[in-house]
Amino acid sequence: MSSTPTATETAKRPTARASFASSWASQIGITAAFFLLWGTFIGAAPGTFLKQDIYLSFAQTTPYFAIAAVTLTMVIVAGDIDLSFGSIMALGMVGFVWTWEATGSTELGVVAALGVGGLAGLFNGLMVTLVGIPSLVVTIGTQFLFRGLTLVLVGGRQFPLVETRDSTIYGLLAGKLAGIPTEFYWLVLISIATWVILNRHRIGQNAYVIGDNRQAAQLMGIPIRRTRVLLFVLVGLAAAFAGLLSSLRVVNFYPGALGSGFFLPALAAVFVGGTSVFGGRGSVWGTFIGAFMIGGISAGIVAAGLTDYWTGFIYGAIILISVSIHAVLQRRFER
Amino acid sequence: MPEPEAATPDVPTLAALEPASVAAPPPGALRLELHGVSKSFGGVRVLSDVDFRVAAGEVVGLLGDNGAGKSTLIKIITGVHQPDAGEMFFDGQKVAGLTVPGARALGIETVFQERALADQLPLWRNIFMGRPVVSRFGFLRVSQMRKVTSDLMGESMGFTSAALTPNTHVAGLSGGERQGLAIVRALHFEADVIILDEPTMGLSLKETDKLLRFVAGIRQAKKSAIFIDHNIFHVYSVADRIVLLDRGRVAGEFPTARYTLEELMGIMRELAESGRFSDPERLRATGQASAPAQPPA
Repeated sequence: MSSTPTATETAKRPTARASFASSWASQIGITAAFFLLWGTFIGAAPGTFLKQDIYLSFAQTTPYFAIAAVTLTMVIVAGDIDLSFGSIMALGMVGFVWTWEATGSTELGVVAALGVGGLAGLFNGLMVTLVGIPSLVVTIGTQFLFRGLTLVLVGGRQFPLVETRDSTIYGLLAGKLAGIPTEFYWLVLISIATWVILNRHRIGQNAYVIGDNRQAAQLMGIPIRRTRVLLFVLVGLAAAFAGLLSSLRVVNFYPGALGSGFFLPALAAVFVGGTSVFGGRGSVWGTFIGAFMIGGISAGIVAAGLTDYWTGFIYGAIILISVSIHAVLQRRFER
Repeated sequence: MPEPEAATPDVPTLAALEPASVAAPPPGALRLELHGVSKSFGGVRVLSDVDFRVAAGEVVGLLGDNGAGKSTLIKIITGVHQPDAGEMFFDGQKVAGLTVPGARALGIETVFQERALADQLPLWRNIFMGRPVVSRFGFLRVSQMRKVTSDLMGESMGFTSAALTPNTHVAGLSGGERQGLAIVRALHFEADVIILDEPTMGLSLKETDKLLRFVAGIRQAKKSAIFIDHNIFHVYSVADRIVLLDRGRVAGEFPTARYTLEELMGIMRELAESGRFSDPERLRATGQASAPAQPPA
């Protein structure tokens, strides 16, 4: 927090409209907040935070919800939201286990999981754009629908996935590379891809306009429906993929539990990262940083010697402080 | 730039006569032509037998009180409404069943101040909104778009302030600058007829001046503009010709080179009070004391 006033002071009024400050002020702010939080944890628990073990742990646990959060950023930029991704994680795994059991191929199972995830996203997108229901409402509905469908389809049964370990693809999805869990590399890859789509592709350009000013998008002939549906499909794909990573890591598919704990951390990561609830503004970098802030809090609190009872309180405080940083910096630099 | 009066030394614009036969043909090729256009909504006649034309490189001011039919006329030109009667020509070609995308394809572009800009996005993304320069797989050619924006800012917008770059967010622009951005965007995408719907609304005096310079830039680019306003002060200074609508009819057409601002204000006042007016040019020409009058619509 204390680093943010200096950031505002160095860029004085006359440069308030200068591009660097206006585009990056709030990203610099949240990055500073990240390092401040990290420094605090190191100061409070050097024994834990100066060793690599905890970072290896973060590198494995954070990506499950961070992958969803990063792609969710695009949907939120376009002015929509998807609350059903946790359920899509589980539904995608139904596609996996059925295909895997039928064919014995883990690779085909992965393809099936992604296909189911994409279809679930398509369903969300079509409900939102064709039926014309706000995405908040649609995905509250599909959150239950997809979870319920998952449980019905597998009869509530758990699937041990130990045999998938023999497949080549297993090492790519739930292995280690240079000592670091592969989940982390996937998160980095997906974040880069998402950044490119959002900032360097026509889809992202249209998403920003749709979220900022839908009437303008209409007047300028932007394919609003197609773009929104596509973004829901991308979140569906990413959610199913995160479900795969998570299930393969624990070599078990828990149809009732998979993804259910990722809902709030993922949304928190998006908003901590500076993406606007109202659309038109969002940052993949911010979500990435935000995910690791959210992912680190719980371990940090315990390592710092506080009881776990503090977790909720500190979660809330960090979310509110981060969002305030964005609000203040954006107002100061962009008006 | 072609001067309107040079080509038309003859007929005075006289509202008492048949407007179609009297109005001086504008310079250059006709871009847009409407003949005898009528439109009713639920039995109420909003436009009656309106003739309207815009030439290449011409700025036409469209003036009239509330309810005179200005916005209906514009909506017909932009394809929002279809006329009940009458014909429309674009570049000499007859146009029927015009739709909004159809009008845009023809090069008729409306400039909306607030409604067509995205506040939180940088200038370059606004310029290329809906029409980005992309590679074969849809990837943005960002540096190219930034460069074009930067060039446009220097050449067409006159944004010389160092604080403004292609990366500046639209939220940081003043009202006049926003209008300028929207106009320059339309020009860049080869709009032939740019429609400015009440563009001075909510602008300060200084901002209005800026906007008027942009409108003059439209003429310089050999494009046409229709400038709708109810404030004659703004329209007079940039328009080549002013078309006065009154209760759904064209009350008269006045090349600004031949009428002073005071004369036009007098005409509008008379028209508003009595539904008729005397033509000062006719008075000047004949020295008559009494003038022909326009019958009420």
